[in-house]
Amino acid sequence: MAFLTNFYAFLFYFAAFVLVSGLAFKIVQYSRTPAPLKIPTTPAPTKRSGVVFRMMREVVLFESLFRGNKWTWIFGWMFHFGLFLVTLRHLRYFMEPVPFLIQLVQPFGIYGGLAMIVGLAGLWIRRFYVDRVKYITSLSDHLILGLLVLIGCTGLLMKFVFHVDVVEIKTFYQGLYSFDIKPLPADPLLMLHLFLVASLMIIFPYSKLLHAPGLFFSPTRNQVDNPREQRHIAPWAKRLEQQ
Amino acid sequence: MAKATFEVPELTQYTEVPAIQPGAMAHSATFKAKEEFQKDLGFPGELVDDWQSKAIDKMGELLGRYRSLQVYMDACVKCGACTDKCHYFLGTKDPKNMPVARQDLMRKVYRRYFTWGGRLFPKLVGAEDFTKEVLDDWYCYFHQCSQCRRCSVFCPYGIDTAEISMAAREIMDSIGVGQKYCNEIIGKVYKIGNNLGLPGPALIDTLEGLEEDVYDETGVKVRYPIDEEGAEVLLVTPSADFFAEPHVDGLIGYGKVFHEAGISWTMSTHASEAANFGMFIGSYENMRRVAQRIREAAIQLKVKRIVFGECGHAWRVAYSFLNTLAGPWDFLDPRYPVPQHICEFTYELIQEGKLTFDKSENDDKVLTYHDSCNVARASRMGDMPGGQFEIPRAIIRATCNHFYDMDEDTIRDRTFCCGGGGGLLTDDLMEVRVKGAKPRLDALNNVIQEKGVTHMAAICAICKTQFSKVLPYYGMEMDQILSLHQLVSNAIVLTPGPDDEEEDEDDDLDGGDLDNDNEEMGDEAA
Repeated sequence: MAFLTNFYAFLFYFAAFVLVSGLAFKIVQYSRTPAPLKIPTTPAPTKRSGVVFRMMREVVLFESLFRGNKWTWIFGWMFHFGLFLVTLRHLRYFMEPVPFLIQLVQPFGIYGGLAMIVGLAGLWIRRFYVDRVKYITSLSDHLILGLLVLIGCTGLLMKFVFHVDVVEIKTFYQGLYSFDIKPLPADPLLMLHLFLVASLMIIFPYSKLLHAPGLFFSPTRNQVDNPREQRHIAPWAKRLEQQ
Repeated sequence: MAKATFEVPELTQYTEVPAIQPGAMAHSATFKAKEEFQKDLGFPGELVDDWQSKAIDKMGELLGRYRSLQVYMDACVKCGACTDKCHYFLGTKDPKNMPVARQDLMRKVYRRYFTWGGRLFPKLVGAEDFTKEVLDDWYCYFHQCSQCRRCSVFCPYGIDTAEISMAAREIMDSIGVGQKYCNEIIGKVYKIGNNLGLPGPALIDTLEGLEEDVYDETGVKVRYPIDEEGAEVLLVTPSADFFAEPHVDGLIGYGKVFHEAGISWTMSTHASEAANFGMFIGSYENMRRVAQRIREAAIQLKVKRIVFGECGHAWRVAYSFLNTLAGPWDFLDPRYPVPQHICEFTYELIQEGKLTFDKSENDDKVLTYHDSCNVARASRMGDMPGGQFEIPRAIIRATCNHFYDMDEDTIRDRTFCCGGGGGLLTDDLMEVRVKGAKPRLDALNNVIQEKGVTHMAAICAICKTQFSKVLPYYGMEMDQILSLHQLVSNAIVLTPGPDDEEEDEDDDLDGGDLDNDNEEMGDEAA
């Protein structure tokens, strides 16, 4: 089992590296690329505080999607909120001692897991039965959905049907912090679950999952509507004026 | 009913989302710009030899220049929220007119050349080489987007297809594939000063004619000045306002408002165009060059304020970009925003009680109001977000007794484009224009049936031209579309100025003027 443990230890070091460096690269790229013109989708807030509020509504409630399509919103929001709870629940594997809030959230994490699967199923069904959505779906869209569904299902199976030794898992992850590789339980479901999660981490910065950081950099959402009051000019546009 | 070489869709009570019909509009091909028009704008005259690598380089350059493009290429998750939002998809059923599919025409090239996924596994992520077929698709479908931004309202990431259409057109221009309509017009602005190519003397002549017409009709001397140095306000208006119907009735209205306000104003032969087609082709440099003309005119005429006439995309460039492109405006009167919309100007005067209206003058009409896309979703009027919806409606309510809004889902920031914006207002795209107008006209037809609406007011030169042209295809009358300031013009009660009184005194002293007036009145009667 030493081989598998070592393999998973390496896999997670690698996945974490790819996720962090890949996302850091994209975030730096987005923030360094100028937005030369004021293009907020109006009506838009006229103050920075209003923009923060608008962004919060987008991030937390998916406001625009709610206006756009109720079914996609219901399933999409269920999935994302479920995933959020599941992620909070999983933090107990990565923290010692476990903070009170994370202890509190544990049972909700399970409901989150269920909501996540239902949401994903709804989103996936749309890709087959709505002709417009089917038209725009590519193989990678199916694969990412499949990946997430499998992650959710393997996780729920371990919770409800085939229990694994969670204490050993925690020991494994705690060990990774100090490069002290502790044995991982050799459970096939767990192996699959962790492999899929690592794959998700690796593809994150190179796929449509970039919508997560992208939203924060979307000029139609994050710009203040004040072009007459304040002159907005990008460095490359400024150079045109000096010619 | 206008004759069509294509099937005109039937209006429905509510716009239904059609089943997709792949390739339904693949035949649409707007005329390409000839070499001479391309050269004026600094673009190659015809498709360059190594166009593929040039285009990819250009895409790389734009990705580094525009955060919007970079983020929007990456962020789409294909959720489908935009798929039923574009009027061109709803009217044509062609799936490539769904915003996400239109974006994907560029996204698949982006993925192939700029992402690991697309370089290593193109099939998997839907990446494709930039082939001639793809380029042809670009030309076809990026000229079926009016850059109206309706998709961006509903996108969870605010992805704006307009940004992508603009970038695609700029890339195509840079390899010698430009659109005749837009590029020829921009050339005219550089050479003559406006989109329609009306030279200064023609404008002066037209405005003199307008002054006479208004005097004949109202007995009040309302001035329509041009190139008058030292005037308080420079009015920049779309050149269609100078002669086209119903546009010119709007211009007559602006003049009457200035007359009643007692504020001196002037137009300019140098900046005789509010519209800025540089935006349609995504070219910052050309957009800036067009916008600079307004700055030059403002300096030359020593004005203190700038007011824009009724024009949608123009108001976007004016409100959102003018300060960037041609500012800072520190030489103008700091008490007023630069620029102002004529509706803001008129509305303020109404608030101050400086205008008197006889609303019964518009009693022969039942009005509705079309929110022009770029005013609605890319600009503002007044101090409050949403002023662009409330101010024009307030002006209609102040000047008309009968007003009804169209269905809530089709107005304000959810308004449908007229179908002719973004550089598509050309006869070679008539099928796209007629079909794209369907969602708007469904809603219009609904209020015609249910509320007895007779006319629709708009504040955009493109909307006005487009509706006059496409309404007859659907069995409506071309004159059912009006300028908003035409309503103002009809209802406003004019105060005779000192000129008018002098005229009377002159008449007592010398019968000459009176005779002339009688002759003109006789002409009109005949």
